[in-house]
Amino acid sequence: MDATVISLPLPALPEGWEAEKDFRAIGGITKSSATARTLEPVGPHFLAHARRARHKRTFSEDDRIQAQERAKKIEENEDSDISEPEDPILLQRDAKDWKTQDHYKVLGLSKYRWRATEEQIKRAHRKKVLKHHPDKKAAAGRADDDNFFKCIQKATEILLDPVKRRQFDSVDEEADVEPPTKKQLAKGNYYKLWGNVFKSEARFSKIHPVPSFGDENSTKEEVENFYNFWYNFDSWRSFEYLDEDVPDDNENRDQKRHMERKNANARKKKKAEDNARLRKLLDDAAAGDERIKRFRQEANAAKHKKRLEREAAERAAAEEARRKKEEEERLAKEAEEKAKAEREAAKKAKEAAKNAVKKNKRVLRGSVKDANYFVEGDASAATIDAVLGDVELIQGRIDADEIAALATKLAGLKVVDEIKGVWKGEIERLLAAGKLKDGEIKALSS
Amino acid sequence: MGDSGTRLAVDPNDRVTIGISFGNSNSSIAHLVDDKAEVIANEDGDRQIPTILSYVDGDEYYGQQAKNFLVRNPTNTIAYFRDFLGKEFKSIDPTHNHASAHPQESGETVAFTVKDKAAAEGEEEEEEPAPSTLTVSEVATRYLRRLVGAASEYLGKKVTSAVITVPTNFGEKQRAALIAAAAAADLEVLQLISEPVAAVLAYDARPEAQISDKMQVVADLGGTRSDVAIVASRGGMYTVLATAHDYEFTGVALDKVLMDHFAKEFLKKNPKAKDPRETPRSLAKLRLEAEATKRALSRGTNAAFSVESLSDGIDFATTINRLRYETLARTVFEGINRLVESVVKKAGLDVLDIDEVVLVGGTAHTPRIAANLGFLFPQTTRILAPATDTSAINPSELQARGAALQASLICDYDPEDIEQSTHAAVTTVPHVANAIGIVSPGPSGEEVFVPIIPTDTAVPARRTVQLSVPAGGDVLVKVVEGNTHIKVTKPEPAAKENGESKAAKVEDADEDADEDDSDFSDEEEEEEEEKREKVWKIGSTLAEAAVRGVKKDGKVEVSITVYADLTVVVTARELGGKSAVRGTLPSA
Repeated sequence: MDATVISLPLPALPEGWEAEKDFRAIGGITKSSATARTLEPVGPHFLAHARRARHKRTFSEDDRIQAQERAKKIEENEDSDISEPEDPILLQRDAKDWKTQDHYKVLGLSKYRWRATEEQIKRAHRKKVLKHHPDKKAAAGRADDDNFFKCIQKATEILLDPVKRRQFDSVDEEADVEPPTKKQLAKGNYYKLWGNVFKSEARFSKIHPVPSFGDENSTKEEVENFYNFWYNFDSWRSFEYLDEDVPDDNENRDQKRHMERKNANARKKKKAEDNARLRKLLDDAAAGDERIKRFRQEANAAKHKKRLEREAAERAAAEEARRKKEEEERLAKEAEEKAKAEREAAKKAKEAAKNAVKKNKRVLRGSVKDANYFVEGDASAATIDAVLGDVELIQGRIDADEIAALATKLAGLKVVDEIKGVWKGEIERLLAAGKLKDGEIKALSS
Repeated sequence: MGDSGTRLAVDPNDRVTIGISFGNSNSSIAHLVDDKAEVIANEDGDRQIPTILSYVDGDEYYGQQAKNFLVRNPTNTIAYFRDFLGKEFKSIDPTHNHASAHPQESGETVAFTVKDKAAAEGEEEEEEPAPSTLTVSEVATRYLRRLVGAASEYLGKKVTSAVITVPTNFGEKQRAALIAAAAAADLEVLQLISEPVAAVLAYDARPEAQISDKMQVVADLGGTRSDVAIVASRGGMYTVLATAHDYEFTGVALDKVLMDHFAKEFLKKNPKAKDPRETPRSLAKLRLEAEATKRALSRGTNAAFSVESLSDGIDFATTINRLRYETLARTVFEGINRLVESVVKKAGLDVLDIDEVVLVGGTAHTPRIAANLGFLFPQTTRILAPATDTSAINPSELQARGAALQASLICDYDPEDIEQSTHAAVTTVPHVANAIGIVSPGPSGEEVFVPIIPTDTAVPARRTVQLSVPAGGDVLVKVVEGNTHIKVTKPEPAAKENGESKAAKVEDADEDADEDDSDFSDEEEEEEEEKREKVWKIGSTLAEAAVRGVKKDGKVEVSITVYADLTVVVTARELGGKSAVRGTLPSA
């Protein structure tokens, strides 16, 4: 609290009042005369109290610290914005060329540009005026040097008029952030570099807040939101500032109208170009955006997952079928080969048996021949026929085994009687077995 | 504060703060524009938003729209629920909920049963959706969500944090319940502050306001309750000395007076009609219109009352003037005066000690109440109400503004900072019982006490005053304790009166009260009232100091600092002089 002025006087010092250092302590506040109550924790003064209590500061310490902080803040406000060095070339500028003048630079606000507040602009103007006022130049011996002063006035006029300022901001290329080159991007920092570009472009948006570019961890929703917003960007950017001067004398109305039309067309064209530029910017950003690729892949992966699964299953099934079929074929082939082998074996056996039978038959026939057909001397053709006929008959009545057995019995026999005996025995066996009838065998049995 | 329970924490840099006055009848939201608090109007354009929720076919309505549904849809409309937060069913007063959804017991809390869901489409008409039972916390959450939504829409930014005002008798449990309800509505509660202090802060934060030491009465006259608090405002720090809460002399009571009046008028004109107070629907219509008429009477001297189909299909329209209203509502007005008087007494003070009366709340718009309080207090007391002081802030907006100011003050604080700053170790401090001041020679040579640190000032405290030295030379700074008492001076009786012609009779304040009554019974014999004034009595001397060689017409600056351990440091110096006299008095 500031000191309160009380209109009452102080009493005069009584005669003979003496004290060490002019102060005499008499009493003090008793503890009992103070009541503990609860302060309401509300309001700036309570917060100051709390600050003192928590940091254990006394009043004067707190005053000092607060004053320092305040002073620091004011200094920051005062100086930090408007302490840019002045470019000597800028100081030489002609105020007539105000169209090409960088108003922010003239006021020393090139660090802030469209971000500069009205307050900053006013302060900057004041500061510049104090420095460059023509009267001051005149005092320094340079009369009529008001060129830069006019530049300052023009800059302030434009920047303090919201409409004109917007027109200037629209064409303030110094505030643009160039899109990153491939070389820059190659070093990484993709999101930061593009993010800065869009942050700068966002100043033209009619809608705020503008979604930020984000980083590699942004969600799909954020990224989609960003691109949707920017592809539908609603910009207040306009290009009146670059209009060619319309002659405002009344001499040539047609000329004036022509110029106006020309300007309007130029504006429209520039606006379209700007829109195209932004679109290209977005396309470029989107083209290299790893996030979009990732999201697309993820989406595709999810979509194709089912189909791939099905295909895999089908493939597996086909494979299985093929294997089964092969197996079957193999088995069939094996069986066939086996059967063939068997057939051949059987054929061989049969032939062998046939040969054996033939051989045995030859033995049988040979035996009767050896026995000279059981006659003395040369056997007549009829006898030979009869004997061979009987042999044939017997052969026909018995099977191969019996022929073989008979052949073994007959083999090696040279003596006629023995051969005859074998034959007779055979005939008897066959008769007994009913395979031959009495009377059928004539020549042999005699 | 020691509030427990769930709390949302928001990064101080991302905070968007508002102040909320969450009332039992009406609520307000405020935010700061260029260091000035402004109350936000919701979608309906209301700055006083009725604390009511209503459900119709699954749609939620709040504020004035919900209030209008009290007539047609009372069972699905929830009103007057704030005071039930954090309370048990057995300790709540459901009087005001008679005309809306009724509170019911639900475990340890209070709940309402309403149909808040829409009937599923395509189903048969008689298939009603099942009603839901909402706890009072859920209701508060839903309501706060709507308030925050309205504020967010207005500001164009999502509101994250708020300071909410609560009555001084809001218990720990109720505070915890409110914070939890806010957290459920996605709202960080930075701090809960007392309603009267929020109102005082709103006045003190005005750019033209001078921070001084003053004793204030804050009369918060609401719809269903009147709360009065005595606030010692000492250098911008506030200490509540006494409070009183009343549930009789309120806005609703004033509505009731008007309702009875109009009902009787109606019956007089339509003797055969049914008493509108007997059917709930007519009663609701009567109540809504009576309230509107009451508001109109606060602004103008005449107001119309008109209800279509009030009872038995009969329309009713009439007018009433303010005088009539004031006569009818006299008992309520007097009750408010008695309430204020009782609190002043409860704080151990006299009406003469009060420097300012701050009127808060919707009912405070009533001119008669402000005028009555003006009569209660001495001429020098400022009555801050629209009817008596043109510079007064709208009483309905004070609390929300105060809350918004406090929110902006602490929005940069971390939750721990807030916690620590509001901790009892910081807030509970000794307050000096006696004033500390210096002695000045009065016009007739007697010693006059000049208070520098008034009573009930929280320590540590520092005050500086400048006193003039017209004669110059050496002066004495005598630091003393002082106290007030009430001097009652009886006027000199008329000449014809008998012997008791002594000049003035000085009495003590306590005796005076009895004396007062007897005076009034003495009929109109004594026209002049006795004169009561506050006088300072000089107590024990603390120190003496000399300032030598002061220039003629010079000024001496005296600074007194009382530290937390009650040590007093006195500094005296001539303004513009170099040397200062300084001394320390240890506490005795």
